[in-house]
Amino acid sequence: METIYLDHAATSPMHPEVIEAMSKAFGQTFGNPSSIHTAGRQARKVLDDARSILARSIGAKDTEIIITSGGTEADNTAIFGVANVLQAKGKHIITTQIEHHAVLHACEKLEKEGYDVTYLPVDESGRISIESVKKALRDDTILVTIMYGNNEVGTVQPIAEIGEILKDHQAIFHTDAVQAYGLEKLNVEELHVDLLSVSSHKLNGPKGVGFLYQRTGTPLSATFLGGSQEKKRRAGTENVPATIGFAKAVEIAQSEMETKRAQYEQFRSLFLQVLDSEKIDYKVNGNVEHSLPHVLNISFKGMEVESFLVNLDMSGIYASSGSACTAGSIDPSHVLVAMFGNDREELRNSIRFSFGLGITEEMIKVAAEHTAKIVKRLAN
Amino acid sequence: MVETRDPSQIRVVVGMSGGVDSSVAAYLLKKQGYDVIGIFMKNWDDTDEFGVCTATEDYDDVIKVCNQIGIPYYAVNFEKQYWDKVFTYFLEEYKAGRTPNPDVMCNKEIKFKAFLDHAMKLGADYLATGHYARVEERDGEVAMLRGIDNNKDQTYFLNQLSQEQLKHVMFPIGDIAKPEVRKIAEEAGLATAKKKDSTGICFIGERNFKEFLSQYLPAQPGKMETFDGRVMGTHDGLMYYTIGQRHGLGIGGDGDPWFVVGKNLERNVLYVEQGFHHDALYSTSLKAVKMGFTSNKAKASKFSCTAKFRYRQEDTPVEVELLEDGTAHITFEQPVRAITPGQAVVLYDGEECLGGGTIDEVFKNSEKLTYVG
Repeated sequence: METIYLDHAATSPMHPEVIEAMSKAFGQTFGNPSSIHTAGRQARKVLDDARSILARSIGAKDTEIIITSGGTEADNTAIFGVANVLQAKGKHIITTQIEHHAVLHACEKLEKEGYDVTYLPVDESGRISIESVKKALRDDTILVTIMYGNNEVGTVQPIAEIGEILKDHQAIFHTDAVQAYGLEKLNVEELHVDLLSVSSHKLNGPKGVGFLYQRTGTPLSATFLGGSQEKKRRAGTENVPATIGFAKAVEIAQSEMETKRAQYEQFRSLFLQVLDSEKIDYKVNGNVEHSLPHVLNISFKGMEVESFLVNLDMSGIYASSGSACTAGSIDPSHVLVAMFGNDREELRNSIRFSFGLGITEEMIKVAAEHTAKIVKRLAN
Repeated sequence: MVETRDPSQIRVVVGMSGGVDSSVAAYLLKKQGYDVIGIFMKNWDDTDEFGVCTATEDYDDVIKVCNQIGIPYYAVNFEKQYWDKVFTYFLEEYKAGRTPNPDVMCNKEIKFKAFLDHAMKLGADYLATGHYARVEERDGEVAMLRGIDNNKDQTYFLNQLSQEQLKHVMFPIGDIAKPEVRKIAEEAGLATAKKKDSTGICFIGERNFKEFLSQYLPAQPGKMETFDGRVMGTHDGLMYYTIGQRHGLGIGGDGDPWFVVGKNLERNVLYVEQGFHHDALYSTSLKAVKMGFTSNKAKASKFSCTAKFRYRQEDTPVEVELLEDGTAHITFEQPVRAITPGQAVVLYDGEECLGGGTIDEVFKNSEKLTYVG
């Protein structure tokens, strides 16, 4: 059975060039970048080169990149790091209801510790309003953390505009750009962000590595203490091969961004065209104008996600829905709840398809046809 | 409808709980060559304040076993249906002073209805579970037979299954004794081979029953009295007691131990009497409601068979008279002890489970025993 992987927003396969670069690094660059001998210096050089590539990809300086174990660590470091250092200036944090759990659960923990957190609502397309940010801002606000593009429905937030508002405020501005990185042009100067999180495995790099951009001068406490790696902002011997792979993935993503964007837009309309021609009753969740190109979240009338996803899997089509609960069953997505409220059918009948490396038009057509077939068989 | 297809052409969804029985059920089906899919059902959210729920551990076991066997696994959530169809009924019955059997309801409404529907949506030909029961072709219908292991037979809990449900059901371990099931699991190296059997009502688990129930129903303490009005102490709330119960009464003194023999809901009084064989505990017939039969064939309005009034009880010979509206009057050959309203009465013809109903009223020599509810 041909399988079609349409869950690239969950994680993505490694690019062959990434695997090649990493294999080489595993074999040749085993040194500790902190060592003072030749083996160490060699590792240090490739690490620095990789760091430069990462920094350039978002218009940052090399010293502003803290390499982490991934997006979750980057988000946690940003939120706990700022909250810890700035608590004397205030204890108010602004975020949204549709953040990734790496942000939401961190904020909830701070709430328990006495911080005050405002969770901004979104409209039915998953977008927050600039007005709501302005209204929520207080003198004691120390951190605003708003995701760039949503992982479940793809909606992109007006980050640059929010950055503009925050220019004259003490609050640090963090954005979780994990899902957007590689497909959106991100420039920290244009976005006016102080902190920005990304992850490698979403853009065909290895798992277990990511970075947090920290604007020079932005106060932040370290979460890991130990050696003086990452300018004492993140102790622990650097994962050199993973960082090399990450940088290679970023290089490729940067050079192919426009082609990929156009291709994924094409995939989106092709997928929907097939559904239309099969007369499927569906609705796209998200924002048409402001969307990540590779995320397509569709609500299918009369369907139940649990049997839907299993049927897709058995047809060789890998998609997802909401976030898996600890016991494997599907809980309503907090993102869809924020968009639609608690009792709308979208919570139970929405599927996310996400595109990436290796996907062809033919695959999209086949996947959409299979999807239509399943809907026709099961919808009631 | 004897199966003629090759097993590889037959898709079987196995309801997997993370226990040894359903693990072995899945293992045996896979070995026989069926197209097997394992599915974990989550019916109850018992997440504690630390975010830990037993369902997580059970699902982890399902994952391990399915990977060992080499079958795909998924999960499905029926918390809402379970709450509406099983738990609501469970509380209503306790409120009415009866002793409900949620497992019977769960099999009827969830496992062999909502879950069966789900399995069918996945293209399944059959739904299999790790119940100790058997199905067999008899006279163009599917008959449900007791599990070979008499000690483990679970037909009591399955008595409400209809012919339409049974047609799609497989019980792969029904013809194996429990010790043998464990042995198969051990020999196959299944992760659940040594896992402890779950006990009690599934959503309560190992927790204290009283404490659990008190979260949902207000407990009203009252008096414990004998029939002749002697006050023997206080009870914690009528719902915590069932007919024939000995433990937890806290009545000391000389003579035979004390037993619950009845309840008076209006006065909130628990009746207690002395002696396991106290006369008040014995009855001669009962009225059952919501009678259901596994066979679609017309039933004689009067027939003899055997019956169980509780799980793991010896069969009693009975006379059944079917009345209108799915009710029945069931007369016992010998007086039976501690018949309890709310529990199931299940009918058997030899090995075959014919069906059953819910015990509604209890009689002694045609006089209704109002004190048992």
